[in-house]
Amino acid sequence: MLEIKNLHAEVEGKKILNGISLSLKAGEVHAVMGPNGSGKSTLSNVLAGREDYSVTSGSVSYAGKDLLAMTPEARACEGVFLGFQYPVEIPGVSNLYFLRTALNARRKYQNQPEIDAVDFMAWIRHRVSQVKMEMPMLQRGVNEGFSGGEKKRNEILQMLVLEPRLAILDETDSGLDIDALKTVADGINALRSPERATLMVTHYQRLLDYVKPDYVHVLAGGRIVKSGGPELALALEEKGYGWL
Amino acid sequence: MSNQPQDVRELVSSRGPYSAGFVTDIATDTVAPGLSEDTIRMISARKKEPQWLLDWRLKAYARWLKMTEPKWAQVHYPPIDYQAISYYSTPKGLRDRPKSLDEVDPKLLETYKKLGIPLKEQEMLAGVAVDVVFDSVSVATTFKAKLKEAGVIFCPISEAVHDHPELVQKYLGSVVPQGDNFYAALNSAVFTDGSFVYIPKGVRCPMELSTYFRINERNTGQFERTLIIAEENSHVSYLEGCTAPQRDENQLHAAVVELVALEGAQIKYSTVQNWYPGDENGKGGIYNFVTKRGDCRGARSKISWTQVETGSAITWKYPSCILRGDDSVGEFYSVALTHHRQQADTGTKMIHIGKRTKSTIVSKGISAGHGQQSYRGLVRVLASAENARNHTQCDSLLIGDQCGAHTFPYTEVRNPSAHLEHEATTSKIGEDQLFYARSRGISEEDAVSMIVSGFCKQVFKELPMEFAVEAQKLLAVSLEGAVG
Repeated sequence: MLEIKNLHAEVEGKKILNGISLSLKAGEVHAVMGPNGSGKSTLSNVLAGREDYSVTSGSVSYAGKDLLAMTPEARACEGVFLGFQYPVEIPGVSNLYFLRTALNARRKYQNQPEIDAVDFMAWIRHRVSQVKMEMPMLQRGVNEGFSGGEKKRNEILQMLVLEPRLAILDETDSGLDIDALKTVADGINALRSPERATLMVTHYQRLLDYVKPDYVHVLAGGRIVKSGGPELALALEEKGYGWL
Repeated sequence: MSNQPQDVRELVSSRGPYSAGFVTDIATDTVAPGLSEDTIRMISARKKEPQWLLDWRLKAYARWLKMTEPKWAQVHYPPIDYQAISYYSTPKGLRDRPKSLDEVDPKLLETYKKLGIPLKEQEMLAGVAVDVVFDSVSVATTFKAKLKEAGVIFCPISEAVHDHPELVQKYLGSVVPQGDNFYAALNSAVFTDGSFVYIPKGVRCPMELSTYFRINERNTGQFERTLIIAEENSHVSYLEGCTAPQRDENQLHAAVVELVALEGAQIKYSTVQNWYPGDENGKGGIYNFVTKRGDCRGARSKISWTQVETGSAITWKYPSCILRGDDSVGEFYSVALTHHRQQADTGTKMIHIGKRTKSTIVSKGISAGHGQQSYRGLVRVLASAENARNHTQCDSLLIGDQCGAHTFPYTEVRNPSAHLEHEATTSKIGEDQLFYARSRGISEEDAVSMIVSGFCKQVFKELPMEFAVEAQKLLAVSLEGAVG
């Protein structure tokens, strides 16, 4: 589903990714770990199409298409989702309106009829309870006045609503207490299916206790320095990154 | 131009001041440019005005001659030649009008389409000659009957001069005096038409009044004069402006709006202004120099201004409230957008005179392209205004790095019991917000208009429903090409 080949990227002239190759198949969950500054967030943002990052060489193919040639909105409409490490606030734009607009943008892209307000409410209601949020919260501005944990749960809600084929989660687990972490993990697991893939960027093993990855990759200096199964994450938890 | 005064004199003398033969189907709809006493006599004659109004105009003209153009606003434009303007003009003569929409500039129609304006309305806005087959005639008739039943007077001010002279004479210039400022004096001398509204005591106007419904006066010209009087405990909501660009060969638009609210009366005045803003490079466009003021003359009266200003090359306007009655309330909600080379210097004045008077100011400025924008607001609390309250909030949103936003708040407080609050913020439309929305599949243009709408929400919710929807669409259209 996702084929990253020798990807190099820089931001403001500074090289961050130095030749990443990674292959994700449908149905798989991959975890990317690594110390601060290793390029984890850059990788997520490059895949979602953030323009501050320039790709200097390499290629990314997604479902047979050249991902890097697409605008961020086209990537989203093709089924790519980025869960943000720091979700932004958009004052005055209600979460419900934002979500419906996003869902309809995608439906339009896929030549499906737009979903109206009534059907949308039905569509969203159980997803909201899935992430343990309350409907009145969604009438507030996008992430407006949300706590750190609420913002992360809102990211998972958006993911559940948009049902991406490829979810890239950039430290969605950071700053969460154990209950919120479980909620987030449940949300991620709910979307696991043979047609979908997930790329989880995380610092900590603890998320992986709840979402079992098929593969774990360690990123350092903008390169993948080690790949393995779930046991690799446990080793990292025990020994840190120094031994690699 | 040197022989221009003779032309006018000739016109006046040949027709005579009250000549019945001087009707609107005369070949020219625009008189030769120039301004003199004779021009004013000619306008007054064309409108068959009573002597008192002519005298009133001439007095205003005499004052105007001694005044100079205000220069304090943060706007820049070449000097205006007041002798080069035609002071009596309906924008397009019947014979020059497009016969059908096929003859109208497609770019204009494209905008109408985006705004979702019905075809008949499009024809009217584009100045297509549809008078005879105009669908809304019946609408207008039922609507007039309903108002008449309630005792509400809603007519062109030129008609009110003839039908309700005592009201016009009593209130005209009582809120904005002739010599108030340069443009108000000019307007007083040469105003051509506008609306007149009178709501009798205790009446709640049965519908929103809109200039749009005043179909026979859709081309009110560049110097409109509007007068709204709300008697004791009456209530009216008035909507002004159209939500599509009007092409206008004239450059200067200097209107005056006067509102009078007597005891316990409420007036809500909403404007969506989208005059032609000029092109991307600042060529053409309207100079919108407008004086709007409301007088809360009675106790517990309330005047509320809501404006959405997206058009005009230059906007200079400060809808104000004189809070004379005890416990009276003034409100000002504004969204102003400047794109390309547009400039706006806008805000409000709240003059607290009565006891426990309260005012609220919410101003939202959006600048894109090379747009320049200033909020200029005065809160004045007189010694008599015990326990006056004001809350001011002005927020600016910048799109791109070529535009500017400026805030000039003035306060004058002569009573120590006054309580004033002021909040101001300036923010840039964040790359982060844009990317966030785009990463959810929302196009860049939709994302910008969504973020801007959110920013303006506080003001939009003050607008009547249909207006709020149109205002949002209008912002989206006006912001096209603001990013990327």
